Amino acid sequence: MNWRHQNVRLRRLEAEAIYIMREVVSEFRNPVMLYSMGKDSSALLHVAQKAFHPGKPPFPLLHVDTTWKFREMIAFRDATAARLGMDMLVYVNQEGVARGVSPVSSGPTIHTQVMKTEGLRQALDKWRFDAAFGGARRDEEKSRAKERIFSHRSASHSWDPRNQRPELWRLFNTRIKAGESMRVFPLSNWTELDVWEYIRAENIPVVPLYFAKPRPVVERDGTLIMVDDVRLPLAPGEKPRMMEVRFRTLGCYPLTGAIRSSAATLDAIIAELRGSTSSERQGRVIDHDQAGSMEKKKREGYF
Amino acid sequence: MRSPAPVAAGERERSDSVDKRPALRFLTCGSVDDGKSTLIGRLLYEQHLVFDDHLAALERDSKKNGTNGKDIDFALLLDGLEAEREQGITIDVAYRYFASPRRAFVVADTPCHEQYTRNMATGASNADLAVLLVDARKGLLSQTHRHAIIASLMGIRHVVLAVNKIDLVGFDQAVFERISSSFRGFAGPLGFKDIKAIPVSGRHGDNVSSRSGRTPWYSGPHLLDYLETVDVEDERAGKPFRMPVQWVSRPNSDFRGFAGTIVSGDVKPGDEIAVLPSGQITRIKRIVGAGGDLEAAQALDSVTIALAEEIDVARGDMLAALRDRPQVADQFVAHLVWMSSEHLFPGRSYFMKINNCTTAATVTEIKHQVDVNTLAKLAAKTLALNEVGVCNLSVARAVAFDAYADNRDTGAFILIDRYSNETVAAGMIDFALHRATNIHHQKQTVSNAERSNLMHQRPAVLWFTGLPGAGKSTIANLVEAALHARGAHTIMLDGDNVRHGLNRDLGFTETDRVENIRRIGEVAKLMTDAGLIVLCSFISPFRAERRMVRELLDGEEFIEVFVDTPIEQCIARDPKGLYARALAGEIKNFTGVDQSYEVPENPELHLMAGSTDAERLAGEVVDALLRRKVL
Repeated sequence: MNWRHQNVRLRRLEAEAIYIMREVVSEFRNPVMLYSMGKDSSALLHVAQKAFHPGKPPFPLLHVDTTWKFREMIAFRDATAARLGMDMLVYVNQEGVARGVSPVSSGPTIHTQVMKTEGLRQALDKWRFDAAFGGARRDEEKSRAKERIFSHRSASHSWDPRNQRPELWRLFNTRIKAGESMRVFPLSNWTELDVWEYIRAENIPVVPLYFAKPRPVVERDGTLIMVDDVRLPLAPGEKPRMMEVRFRTLGCYPLTGAIRSSAATLDAIIAELRGSTSSERQGRVIDHDQAGSMEKKKREGYF
Repeated sequence: MRSPAPVAAGERERSDSVDKRPALRFLTCGSVDDGKSTLIGRLLYEQHLVFDDHLAALERDSKKNGTNGKDIDFALLLDGLEAEREQGITIDVAYRYFASPRRAFVVADTPCHEQYTRNMATGASNADLAVLLVDARKGLLSQTHRHAIIASLMGIRHVVLAVNKIDLVGFDQAVFERISSSFRGFAGPLGFKDIKAIPVSGRHGDNVSSRSGRTPWYSGPHLLDYLETVDVEDERAGKPFRMPVQWVSRPNSDFRGFAGTIVSGDVKPGDEIAVLPSGQITRIKRIVGAGGDLEAAQALDSVTIALAEEIDVARGDMLAALRDRPQVADQFVAHLVWMSSEHLFPGRSYFMKINNCTTAATVTEIKHQVDVNTLAKLAAKTLALNEVGVCNLSVARAVAFDAYADNRDTGAFILIDRYSNETVAAGMIDFALHRATNIHHQKQTVSNAERSNLMHQRPAVLWFTGLPGAGKSTIANLVEAALHARGAHTIMLDGDNVRHGLNRDLGFTETDRVENIRRIGEVAKLMTDAGLIVLCSFISPFRAERRMVRELLDGEEFIEVFVDTPIEQCIARDPKGLYARALAGEIKNFTGVDQSYEVPENPELHLMAGSTDAERLAGEVVDALLRRKVL
């Protein structure tokens, strides 16, 4: 049975993402695909395999490692690179490491700024990439809703939301000057539900953290934080409890809230999502530290 | 404010049977205060599509920035960027995704201020339907006309006329009927397939996602019901096969495939196809998929196709149905929506992106401007931001296309500025100009090379550019005298002299300056065909035009000579007294005073004319010609 005959909506979304990827490969000198191990990255990477079949995707993957990802994410990353036979570049902002920046001691804003945003900029400069694919979707967040599919960045990687190129039809203006670059979002028009339906339809591997299972968590300000390793300091008397939880998005473990759930299969996740009353990024600590927070980060070069 | 009855979380559940059709893509447009964002926000809210954490933020924001007192301001759900929230306006196109149990939707929310035609055109280019909002109290405004005209121009065939704020006219049927019938009257010539008028109140929810008891005289569907059921499936499937080649796949020496997205029609192995613009004919051998070969592919599938014969196919070519091919031409008539704050210059070279093909293009003539409020034809020498015009265009290589009215994918293009890389225009092709195909280049018996060989020289254009008073003509004259003395065959084209004859109809506006240079470039080209060394001495302040002349000529024929004299020195010399008059405001558009001079980036020769005398500089030019074996 082929889902393509039943679900034209998903089929069109896949075709559009393939079109965007091929356009990048045709028009840019040195593209890269940002890889974060999340469900969107998994879907993106899967589409890339199809876009360039029978060849391999003609670009490497890049993971900007904050050193605070869940251990299962790192294991999944390495297994994925091996399974697909693709180059996986890993970049850590060593300057941030040397300064001791961490989500625990520096707080979410500084940690994200240094280890993710600056790390990404350093990595893009180091390998001189002129186009970088990301898995961001417009339905994630309000300022993302105005993001272009081909999002132009200055030589200093900044985004100017007031001065974006209009995107007409599927005629993407890919021209850039020396030093400038493009962030490209092939899944722009997908919703969270589309991503999960695609993962189910194509049987795409995802990090097991998305599936419910008893895990050791502590509750802080209403957010369930999983104790993934010994680096998470516990308050006096604070004790991890085993709870059946899963994650709706994945990031740095001290900044990512789990949700109570018993959804242990793709069908159960999709059913849960259809009934959900809260948004996807609700569990992201970094989004809530200031109003208009995502837009600020994006202007500075965050993905 | 009515609020929806509380529902248990279970009832919010959207069933697994959410429509599997492609999402309905629509855009909303209306004037500043017509309540667009409020209407869509209301729709999302009533469909329980607003998440609890977003709703909590909305309630907080409504208190801080809202315009409805204590009530929830639904507009804040949509206005995303910080500045917009503060100013209470939408600046750019925002896309929203939502699904009812019956259909998925993508909404392009486009600002429709006077100055934002470009944003609406952008949103409309990918939409199937437009919701036009009208304030029931105000009726049709010039903006309503404009939005309808742009929607029609961009190929939208389905329109909903949402007569909003119907509560503020006391739910008066007569007001609704008057507005909807005058809209139908106006929209008659715009070619919409259907127009649905609905009386609504975004603020209170009447006829938004349920039938209102307060408009008993209205028996049609509510807005959501209409959007869920309207059939916009376009005729892509029934149209002839078209696939622009996007990327050539050569993973190994055994496989060569052509990757692209089918934009209309369908295809299966064995089908005979034509490759355009070359016109070669072959058959489809395989349609390669990741899970094995496909038996067929249809419109909007992204595929990789292997052909039966080894023929030359590249990115930008088009695969098309053999018996129903697209047109191929290098000149055509198109509607342009101008999107840049820098005006259109007829004659200037832009990049055109059409069907995965990027080529140089120029607007050769503006036939007329279109008044987007009335459809009236206006005379125009240029197009400014947000203006629409019908133009003749000429492209550097023949391209395959269909009329936009026949195919929204293969008939659309964008123009890109070659320096700023800005997208400056959206274009919709009306028809090919066959002038070009009928005037074939005449094959000449004596070649250009044979002509110049007889003169023992290679043709060249020495293009002297620089500020007024920089010394261009002085140096050019010295160079010509030296060349003449060596027995070279030369001709001098001087700015002032050409303006007395060939170009006496042109003034000094930017548009006329572009045309001035274009004509001189063409004349210089004819003279190089005759084998001559052409000395051109023109201020030529714009890089784009100098590049245009460069591209008219063969490889090394164009030699740009930048006569670089500091402006203070030019003003001091002022051989014709023109700086004095320009500085006194007596002459407008004077380069160096109130019009800028764009310094050459990579001239073949850079003469430091401020510090060296003209004789020595002329010597440098002659030496360069010897090095280049022109002599």
